Amino acid sequence: MNDVRQTADALAEVEGSRLAENIMHFGRVLRRAGLPVGPGQVLDAVEAVQACGIGWRSDFYWTLHSVFVHARHQRDIFNQAFHVFWRKPGYLEAMMSTMIPQLAIPVREREKAPGEARLSEALFGGADDDSEGPESELIELDARLTFSAEEILRKKDFEQMTVDEQAQAKAAIARLRLKRRPVKIRRFRRDPGGSRVDLRATMRASLRHGGRLVDLKRKERQTRPPPLVVLCDISGSMSSYSRMFLHFMHALSNDRERITCFLFGTRLTNITRHLERRDVDEALDRVSEAVEDWSGGTRIGACLKEFNYTWGRRCLGQGAEVLLITDGLDRDDVADLEGEMDRLHRSCRRLTWLNPLLRYDAFEPKASGIRTMLPHVDAFRPVHNLESLEELANVLMNDRAAMPPATAAA
Amino acid sequence: MMKTLPASIDATQDLLASGDYICDRSLATVLFLALKMGRPLFLEGEAGVGKTEIAKVLAETLGRRLIRLQCYEGLDVASAVYEWNYSAQMIEIRLAEAEGTVKRDDVADAVFSEKFLIKRPLLQAIDSDEAGPPVLLIDELDRTDEAFEAFLLEVLSDFQVTIPELGTRKAEAPPLVVITSNRTREIHDALKRRCLYHWVDYPDAERERAILKARAPGAPEKLAAEIVAFVQSLRREDLFKLPGVAETLDWASALTELDKIALDPETIDDTLGVLLKYQDDIAKIQGSEAKRLLDQVKAELSVAAQ
Repeated sequence: MNDVRQTADALAEVEGSRLAENIMHFGRVLRRAGLPVGPGQVLDAVEAVQACGIGWRSDFYWTLHSVFVHARHQRDIFNQAFHVFWRKPGYLEAMMSTMIPQLAIPVREREKAPGEARLSEALFGGADDDSEGPESELIELDARLTFSAEEILRKKDFEQMTVDEQAQAKAAIARLRLKRRPVKIRRFRRDPGGSRVDLRATMRASLRHGGRLVDLKRKERQTRPPPLVVLCDISGSMSSYSRMFLHFMHALSNDRERITCFLFGTRLTNITRHLERRDVDEALDRVSEAVEDWSGGTRIGACLKEFNYTWGRRCLGQGAEVLLITDGLDRDDVADLEGEMDRLHRSCRRLTWLNPLLRYDAFEPKASGIRTMLPHVDAFRPVHNLESLEELANVLMNDRAAMPPATAAA
Repeated sequence: MMKTLPASIDATQDLLASGDYICDRSLATVLFLALKMGRPLFLEGEAGVGKTEIAKVLAETLGRRLIRLQCYEGLDVASAVYEWNYSAQMIEIRLAEAEGTVKRDDVADAVFSEKFLIKRPLLQAIDSDEAGPPVLLIDELDRTDEAFEAFLLEVLSDFQVTIPELGTRKAEAPPLVVITSNRTREIHDALKRRCLYHWVDYPDAERERAILKARAPGAPEKLAAEIVAFVQSLRREDLFKLPGVAETLDWASALTELDKIALDPETIDDTLGVLLKYQDDIAKIQGSEAKRLLDQVKAELSVAAQ
C-alpha cells in the first residue's frame, strides 16, 4: 500500500507539472460544457489529487467529481467529459488534431445522450487558444445573432421557423425571464419606512443603549410572486408549437420556484418533476418518456376535469395563477368543458389563456370549444412567436393590463 | 407514573379503540412504528377522515398533554415558537432606570430571561412535562408556506429550538409528533423524509359502522346501517368533494335529533347539506339520484339481512 502511495507521489512529482496541466485542461473543458469551474476549483482539484494519489481510476474519478460537481444535473456532463478526456494520455490533443477537419459536418446520425451535444461543442468547438483559431471564430459568429436578425426572429411564427431558427429561438427562450407581479404575503421584513412597529427589534435596539432611548424600528409586509400553474395542450393541432412551449416551461420552472406544469391531450400528465433537471435536453427527454399522448386528439373538458378533481386543490392554493396554453379546438362534449372552465376560473387568482390561433388578425372565435371557454378567462393572448412570449411578462406584471375577453369575442 | 407506549401493533390498535378511535391495521402499524422509532407521523388524506382525531385520542389514552399548532399562511416563529412579553420588558427597564444603580448588561440579562418569555406550541412541546413527552399536533401543515416548513426541519430532526437571547433548548425526551395535511399543496420531500408517511383513506363499510357505533351510540341500529350504506354509495359517485367520516357522524347525529329511525328520500333531500358541501354536488344528488341510491341501498341491506 505504501509502495503504491510512494509511487503515486513520485509520479505526481515527476509528472506534476504535466498532470496539473491536464487537470487544468480538463477544467476548461468542463467550463465550456457549462459547469461553473474556475481557477479555484482547478487548484483544489490538483491539491485533492495530490492528497489522494492516483491509485485507481475510480478514485481519481471521484476525487475530481468531489471538486468539480456541485449539483445533480452536472453529474452526467462530468461523467462523459471524464471518460472522453482521461481515456489515455494526450487523447484530447489526438482528438483535436484528427477530428477538427470533420468538425464542420454536424453529427446527427445517432441518438445523442443528454448533454452530449454541448460537450462535443465544448471539446472541439469554441477553442480559442490553439491553432484552429479562425475556424472557431467562425463558429462564434454563427452562434451569435445580430440585432436585426434577432428582430426578425422575434416576430417569426414558431411554425415557420427552420431548424436553425428554432435552435436560436430555443436559446432565446432559455434566456427569457418572466417578471411577475408579486403579491403581499403575511410575513414581515425589517423596513425603516415600514407601516408597523417591530417591537422585538425596538426592544433589542433600546437595550443597546441600556434602555434609555427607545428608537422605534419598523417592519413591512413581504411580497413574493404567487404560484404559477401551466396547462399546455400537446394534441395534434398544437404539435408544431408544443416543442417550443416545452422549452418555455423548462425556462420558467428553472427560473423560479412554485411552478407546476401539466401537459394534456387525451389525458393529463404532471411533468413538474421531469422539468426540474437543469439540462434542457435531459429534462425534455424525461418528459417525452413520461407522456403517452403526443400529437393525438384533444379532450380539453375531460383533462380540465381531471385537473380540477385531482390537482386543483393541491396546486391552486395561496393565490395561484394559471396559464392555459391551447388552441381550444375540442372534439369532445362542450357541456363538460363549460363547467370545468368555470370551476378552474373560480379556483385560481387569474386564468390566462394563450392561444396560437390568435396570430391571425382576422381570428374569430367560431369553434364551439373556444366560444365556451372565452367567458371564463381573465386574459386571452396570442402565443406564436418570441415577441408574444415576452409580452406575456407585461400581462403577468400588471393585474389590469389583460385584454378583457369581451372585446376579443366581439 | 407515566403511561407506557404500546408494545405491539395490536396493543396500538387496542389503545386507540379504548379512546373510541377505530382504525385499520395499516394505520396502527405506522403509528406503532412512529412511537417506537421516535419519528414524526405524517398523515395525509381528504378532509374529515379523522387525521386530527388520532392525535387527540393518542394524547387522551396515553394521558399526555396535547399541544396543537394550527398552521396558517404567514405563521412565523413569534406565534409558533416563542415571543417576548414586550410591555413587561418595558416596565422592567423603566424600573431598573428608576433605581438608577443597575448596569446595562444586567438590564439586558434581566429583560431577556425566562420570566418574560411567552412559550408558543413548539417550545411548550420541547420543554419537559411531568406526564411524559406531550403529543404535538401540527395541524394542516399545507396551509403554511415553505419558509415555515424549512424551519420545522430543525425542530423535527433534533427536537431543539434556538432562542438567540437564551441559547438552544433541546427536548429531554422527544414529543410524539403528528403532522396532518389536506394536500392543498405538496409538502417538501425533505420534511416528508424525516417522517413516517401514511395516507388516511375513507373507511370501508364495516369499519365505518364500527366508528358510528363508537362515536354516535344514540343512533338506532337500522338507521346507522342505512346511513353507512348510503354514504358508502355516495363515495362511489362522481363528486367534487366526497363526504368524510366526520360528515357521516354529523349526519347520524342530525338524523337522530330529528327522531328518524329510517332514511326516506325527503329527509335525505332536506339534510343533504350536512353531507355535501358543494352546490354542484348537491344539485347532482338531490331528488331522483338520491332516491335511486336509497332504493339500491335498501335492496342491498334487505338481501344482507336474509
